Amino acid sequence: MLHYEDFKEGQTFDLGNYYVSADEIVAYAREFDPQPFHLNEETGRKSVLGGLAASGWHSCAILMRMMADAYLNRAAGMGSSGLDEVKWLKPVLAGETLRGTMEVLSRRVSAKRPDIGIIKCRWRLRNEQGEEKLDQLGVNFIRVRAL
Amino acid sequence: MMGLAFEDTEVGASYDLGSYHFTREKILEFARRFDPQPFHVSDAEAERGPFGRLAASGWHTGAGWMKCYVATNQRAERKLKAAGKPVHPVGPSPGFVNLKWAKPVFAGDTVNYRVTVTGKRALASRPTWGMVFTFCDGTNQKGEPVFSFEGRALTPRRQ
Repeated sequence: MLHYEDFKEGQTFDLGNYYVSADEIVAYAREFDPQPFHLNEETGRKSVLGGLAASGWHSCAILMRMMADAYLNRAAGMGSSGLDEVKWLKPVLAGETLRGTMEVLSRRVSAKRPDIGIIKCRWRLRNEQGEEKLDQLGVNFIRVRAL
Repeated sequence: MMGLAFEDTEVGASYDLGSYHFTREKILEFARRFDPQPFHVSDAEAERGPFGRLAASGWHTGAGWMKCYVATNQRAERKLKAAGKPVHPVGPSPGFVNLKWAKPVFAGDTVNYRVTVTGKRALASRPTWGMVFTFCDGTNQKGEPVFSFEGRALTPRRQ
């Protein structure tokens, strides 16, 4: 089990790959973001997004899944209070494979809760050509290892 | 937003986006797909976890905002169209800042969402679009703020 102490400033984690299918894009969009360019290939192509594109909230959810699979589900995770910034740099298009990375920017123990560590991170998703799609800055709460 | 052109979007305008009900089933379904941390997918783990009982993924709370926002926009666009007025569908967003998950959203909670226009700016680089800045938030059935972020969206100029 990973604890606060296992995340060090400057450390980077590979979050693996995630294939984004057209079916997954449409299923998410139908439920949460039914704008035409997230539902239909043709409409997406003619839109400013240039193809069937995932909802920005969907790309954040995909990154969340990659974080859980790569490290949070083997860490003493305690949730998060939020994010400083989310940049949807380029549309995530159907058929792309995303690669995720995480960098630990800084860390500290909570003044109010000395059992909780706050890890400030930057997470990024890129496609196979290395184009940056999503850039996210925020915190993970991870339990401090018991003494 | 609301089918309005950049020129007709008023700073200070606030829109009730309606609400989203977080059932246990919806919370589990979303978390199994996108956020399978133990405290989002198991009642027993949730009891031991940071929230004390089953809580929605923060990205589910965000998705609920988007669902209500899109539905409200589409209703407003249909209304404009029916009245024979021009419709300006809101464009994509480059992202947002200061997202806060202020309180957990528990199974059985209903979150009421809002969007408020906080500013707007013409874009020299894109003459057919402007940028609209917003404060977006969600409040649970007890009136407690649970979620907020500062959004922005490309908005078409008047045709």
